Amino acid sequence: MLILDCPYCGIACDETELSPGGEAHLTRFGPGSSEDEFEGYLFMRENPRGVHFERWRHAHGCGKWFHAARDTMTMEVFGTYPAQTTEPPAELRKTISEKRPGWSWRDFS
Amino acid sequence: MSHRLSTGGRLIDRSERRSFRFNGKTMTGFAGDTLAAALLGSGQTLVGRSFKYHRPRGIVTSGGEEPNALMNLGTAKTFEPNARATTTELFDGLTAESQNHWPSLEFDVGEINAKLSRFLPAGFYYKTFLWPRAFWKHVYEPVIRASAGLGKAPRHRDADHYEYMHVTTDVLVVGGGIAGLTAAKAAAVSGAEVMLVEQTANWGGRAPVDGAVIDGQPAEDWVAATVAELEAMPNVRLRTRAMGAGVYDHGYSLVYERLTDHAPDPSRPRHRLWKVRAGRIVTATGSIERPLSFAGNDLPGVMLAAAVRDYVVNYGVAPGKRTVVVTNNDDGYRTALALKEAGLEVPVVLDARKQATGPLADAAREAGIRVAAGRGIAKVTGKGKVEVVHICDQAGAGAVVEEVRADCVAMSGGWSPVVHLWSHCGGKLTWDDENACFRPDPDRAPTGADGTPFVAAAGAANGAVTTAEVLADAWAAGGGSGEAPKADAEDRQPMMPVWAMPAQAPYALRAKSWLDFQNDVKVTDVELAAREGFQSVEHTKRYTTLGMATDQGKLSNINGLAVLARELGEDIPAVGTTTFRPPYTPISMGAIGGEARGELFQPVRRTPIHDWHEENGAHWEPVGHWRRPYAFPKEGESTHDAVTREVRATRERVGLLDASTLGKLIVKGPDAGRFLDMLYTNMMSTLPVGKCRYGLMCTENGFLTDDGVVARLSDDAWLCHTTTGGADRIHAHMEEWLQTEWWDWKVYVANVTEQYAQVAVVGPKAREVLQALGGDMDLSKEALPFMQWAEGRIGDFDARVFRISFSGELSYEVAVPASQGRAFWDALLDAGRKHSITPYGTEALHVMRAEKGFIMIGDETDGTVIPQDLGLNWAISKKKEDYLGKRAQERDHMTDPLRWKLVGLETLDGSVIPDGAYAAEEGLNLNGQRKTEGRVTSTYYSPTLDRGIAMGLVERGPDRMGEVIDFPLIGGGSVKAKIVSPVFYDPDGEKQNV
Amino acid sequence: MTRYSAFAVAREAFRDHQGWTRAWASPEPKRKYDVIIIGAGGHGLATAYYLGKNHGIRNVAILEKGWLGGGNTGRNTTIIRSNYLQDPSAAIYEKARSLYEDLSQDLNYNVMFSPRGVMMLAQTEHEVRGYKRTAYANALQGVKTEFISPARVKEFCPIIEIRGPRYPVLGALWQARGGTARHDAVAWGYARKCSEMGMDVIQKCEVTGIRSDGGVVKGVTTNRGDIDCDKLGIVVAGHSGHVADMAGFRLPIESVALQALVSEPIKPCMDVVVMANTVHGYMSQSDKGEMVIGGGADGYNNYTQRGSFHHIEETVRALNETFPIISRLKMLRMWGGIVDMTGDRSPIISPTPLGNCFINCGWGTGGFKAIPGSGWATAEMIAKGASGPLAAEFGLDRFREGRFIDESVAAGVAH
Repeated sequence: MLILDCPYCGIACDETELSPGGEAHLTRFGPGSSEDEFEGYLFMRENPRGVHFERWRHAHGCGKWFHAARDTMTMEVFGTYPAQTTEPPAELRKTISEKRPGWSWRDFS
Repeated sequence: MSHRLSTGGRLIDRSERRSFRFNGKTMTGFAGDTLAAALLGSGQTLVGRSFKYHRPRGIVTSGGEEPNALMNLGTAKTFEPNARATTTELFDGLTAESQNHWPSLEFDVGEINAKLSRFLPAGFYYKTFLWPRAFWKHVYEPVIRASAGLGKAPRHRDADHYEYMHVTTDVLVVGGGIAGLTAAKAAAVSGAEVMLVEQTANWGGRAPVDGAVIDGQPAEDWVAATVAELEAMPNVRLRTRAMGAGVYDHGYSLVYERLTDHAPDPSRPRHRLWKVRAGRIVTATGSIERPLSFAGNDLPGVMLAAAVRDYVVNYGVAPGKRTVVVTNNDDGYRTALALKEAGLEVPVVLDARKQATGPLADAAREAGIRVAAGRGIAKVTGKGKVEVVHICDQAGAGAVVEEVRADCVAMSGGWSPVVHLWSHCGGKLTWDDENACFRPDPDRAPTGADGTPFVAAAGAANGAVTTAEVLADAWAAGGGSGEAPKADAEDRQPMMPVWAMPAQAPYALRAKSWLDFQNDVKVTDVELAAREGFQSVEHTKRYTTLGMATDQGKLSNINGLAVLARELGEDIPAVGTTTFRPPYTPISMGAIGGEARGELFQPVRRTPIHDWHEENGAHWEPVGHWRRPYAFPKEGESTHDAVTREVRATRERVGLLDASTLGKLIVKGPDAGRFLDMLYTNMMSTLPVGKCRYGLMCTENGFLTDDGVVARLSDDAWLCHTTTGGADRIHAHMEEWLQTEWWDWKVYVANVTEQYAQVAVVGPKAREVLQALGGDMDLSKEALPFMQWAEGRIGDFDARVFRISFSGELSYEVAVPASQGRAFWDALLDAGRKHSITPYGTEALHVMRAEKGFIMIGDETDGTVIPQDLGLNWAISKKKEDYLGKRAQERDHMTDPLRWKLVGLETLDGSVIPDGAYAAEEGLNLNGQRKTEGRVTSTYYSPTLDRGIAMGLVERGPDRMGEVIDFPLIGGGSVKAKIVSPVFYDPDGEKQNV
Repeated sequence: MTRYSAFAVAREAFRDHQGWTRAWASPEPKRKYDVIIIGAGGHGLATAYYLGKNHGIRNVAILEKGWLGGGNTGRNTTIIRSNYLQDPSAAIYEKARSLYEDLSQDLNYNVMFSPRGVMMLAQTEHEVRGYKRTAYANALQGVKTEFISPARVKEFCPIIEIRGPRYPVLGALWQARGGTARHDAVAWGYARKCSEMGMDVIQKCEVTGIRSDGGVVKGVTTNRGDIDCDKLGIVVAGHSGHVADMAGFRLPIESVALQALVSEPIKPCMDVVVMANTVHGYMSQSDKGEMVIGGGADGYNNYTQRGSFHHIEETVRALNETFPIISRLKMLRMWGGIVDMTGDRSPIISPTPLGNCFINCGWGTGGFKAIPGSGWATAEMIAKGASGPLAAEFGLDRFREGRFIDESVAAGVAH
């Protein structure tokens, strides 16, 4: 039963207020994209054991989408941030590096 | 024989008698008794039968770890199986029956299993019952099932109700013994919000029984003073009869409070499930005494030593008149002393240790108790109860040196910290050699959201043994500063691990030494598992069922592990434990469900017109969270006839449909048009204000997910209708794309579904009915043509009128404010009376749309269908570069010419094709399955055409008009149907366009 | 190896059961095998067994990082059914179900397959139509099912409240030869036979790397040294993504927690398996007497084998309404497993981008029932180097082509 901080409301949300939304920072591929790109976008997932970036919606709250950085092995939450960005904030990546030296996720580390 | 003592019993009130029934016999006890205490006090030592061998079973413990004393409690609507007598508080009128025997507790036919036990070792069922094949299901298994199970199955709906309570606290302390009280006080004085829970009705745990002295006071007084002090603090919440049941991620924990089990009261919730979010959790859950593994240790009358003194001290009940104490640690002497003080006989204390020294042993000798060091029990014998204790050298092979008559054996094999809550969320254990137990490893605590430990164990649960150690440990765990409560240091003699008694016990003795009393797992069963290669502790558990009984191995696990480790030649910590899973002891399904039962289980969403439907005999159909009228059968009318009548009335005159459940989303803003062009396959940005357009929405995977009419309200606002039950989903879908992909687009979406009541007035007389209401709107064909909308007043109602049709008839969908919905409906009924206006339900709606060849999301679509399959290419804009699903629809499989496509199906004999039927081709595929070439998606009797009509998806269907295909029927035969256009009624649209 | 029978048990009874030998050997890994299977769960062991039995390939090692059968094989709710809608699913699940019928005799190990009947309740008109459709599809697929009336639902399972009130039971899809089996016994029975055939079941052997040369697999690196192989099968359920990563390819998979719970044991009151998808709950009664209940899957990635409690609440509420008598039973134990969810919620049985390396994964919430069929199909694929008819549609390439096998069509959830 997770608790995540909603970056909009600024409150600690119980998991029952939230809807999970899968992997974060996917790049959308539309018409004109290759088969590889489109398959990657729709289906291929990092599914890491460790640091993961994922989407959540404060569904029974403010209704806003946000991102969370979480460890899938320990449930530790490194931070949350608004969804309106294409990559994890530098500050958060630094925080993760302090706690999980050598981590990487896609091209981020 | 067990009996009530004339004095003593710190928890009972001898002035308050309580009458109860056990197996039909009336017995009495006192207020404050547990059922177990009252049974022992009434001389009842035999209380049940074991699971596998149906061996006679007596009470072993005095708490939640009890494996044997399980009862069928109560009757009818308050009946509960498997209630532990040791945790059931006695009340007047309680009824209990023992379990798992036939015909009676005293004479149980199932006991034949015990006689045959040599043929029924661990896992025998994996090796037998193999032939003949059909016998497993028809003969063997039914017999096994009938003899398995414990309590009876309830037969009635539960009369009680339950509730949840949510609380956030800085610290949750689980366990109200001296450790819990100390930890709670430590946390509370530092200013933290504290919740302290205790599973029994009484504070203090073992310390008052064991005569501890804290800060110079008897434990009992110290406990009372500390509880009073905590109760006076505004930041402390205390609950008794409240068990810490489970610890989950991020400090979530469950506390199971039993509110009325001890005093039934149907007006109050029976149980309350607390969902606690705690910053820190302190588990002060104490420890559990271990049995010793000697032959005959399962006879009624063999009990845990601490339980024996609990019954004497707490309840004034003697489990026996003559009790042999057998121990491997100092604690057994406390029982001997308590018995002696109560005037009971203790013929001997058998101390397995080579030397029986130290203050407690000395005190026993001083009290005149014989102490035999280095001795153990070879076996206990008796007919269904303890009669003779056969004493031997612990170090030997069981040669009997002496026989002692006794009616009770009090055994102590050492203590195991209760590490369950520590372990639930990933806390790891370490082996404590000195005390031969697993205890929490402080370096590997469960970690929370911030990655730091959030559970701390305190006191005996953390491996502390003496009162002084417990207090210091608990004070630290509670985060206390300053002076901790104090107790004098004790001169404690080391315990000696005893995993087999005697150490060299031969097979014959080991085969009668029980590890798991309820599931009948013996030392030899674990040995067998090890020999057969079940080396993992999980394998051994599963193969032998060790620890899988209702006590979940609270008594048996460590003893079993030790046997396994010995067989494997490994250390106990190398073998490891099985996983501890919630709940700590079983909790009721009722409590888990909480208030959500009956009316409150998925409450029904209601339209403003719901009550009218209810009053007028609607036959309901659940749709999403709503209930919609399927039809309105009149008295004596079948639903099928009602549907036919409703369709005909609508087509011939005028019908009325409550369409309020349709989703209504307003999409507004400078970029709303652009946004809708991405959401829908059609072009919505070009829709003129005042007009309506039917739109399709696909998922990014290309599949059709929703449809509905979109109306342009103004230059920058559109109203999107969704399917019933689709509003929340589509609203979320829109928000997701707006917030996570196109967050710089200026669009606002509002779900206004429940702001409006929407009524479809349908049929040739629809216009007349609306006009009869008056108002300021021109509803003529010229002023409000098909696929346009207008706003104004109809009668006294503020109305938005859409000229759209899902039936093919002249049709107005009128939205009025929800508050006016019922009045509007009533006004329409009045105005339509002269046309015999007819309310219709969802089935007539479906029939009429099928007659017209309109698709229905969920019928023609199933998550695998793309708009192109449904001949809806006209609703897919060719001009747009992109929309959600467009790329997906370009994939090979989506453009395959062999895809199944929508057609109409007309049976040759006019019959109705059954729902769900598939069209079969000749031949089989490579897996031997019949080949198919299509399937029915909607199939109805058409009252208008008086014949069966259907729509279906057929391979290359639109290219095969006029072909006849074959729908095999289940059970033989088939229906032949001709491929036709899906539009069966008014193909040119003349009726809707008048 | 001792043949198991009632006679053998009786004989051993008179010599204190001292004559029983190990159910499976505990060998040291050899340098090289024809085939290595990573993962000694039900699917991996069944794959090895059918490699030996059907294809004569017996120089096989099955490597297990923990204890055999310790993953989802040993923590599921043991339901066996094949009433699937889509042809490829019905084919493989029915193959599995029919193998279960004779598995005890085939393995000389009582896996307690009990075809007690599985019913899936229809509680909305939509579900009625969906299950009727499945019944028609099954009839053509050679899967025996039927759509039954509420009265028959009540007859088969008297403890169901068919009148609702929230969702009255409108009928059910009934598969009389569906049922349950003893999950651990399936793994143990296969392991014992594999061992008897001379295969090496190696526990506590964790694969830490996969070695290849020129795009073809060469072997694995483990905590017990390097082991070579000609062909490699990856059959590791919840850890598929992790192991695929070692082999250098990605999977359309997410790992999430799925939970289950049991009540305390009571006397028999429910002879069939009931699934109620509208309210999301399913239940059966084990031979021990426990009510075995399946919960929902979490929606977020997780490897902890713990799930979120609110799914348990939702399931129990649904079942309290469907089976009102269980309200006064008590939950004895709840637990979680990690399941692979693919993009279409159907499994993957496929060659991989790495030569001679094959994968079986993605069984989501319903892998136990497939074990024999899955092993059969995977063995065929490994032996022949290409998918046979049972596995053909379950290839990795289907996601790229949009050729999904979507079973959510007929039922909200599948287990």
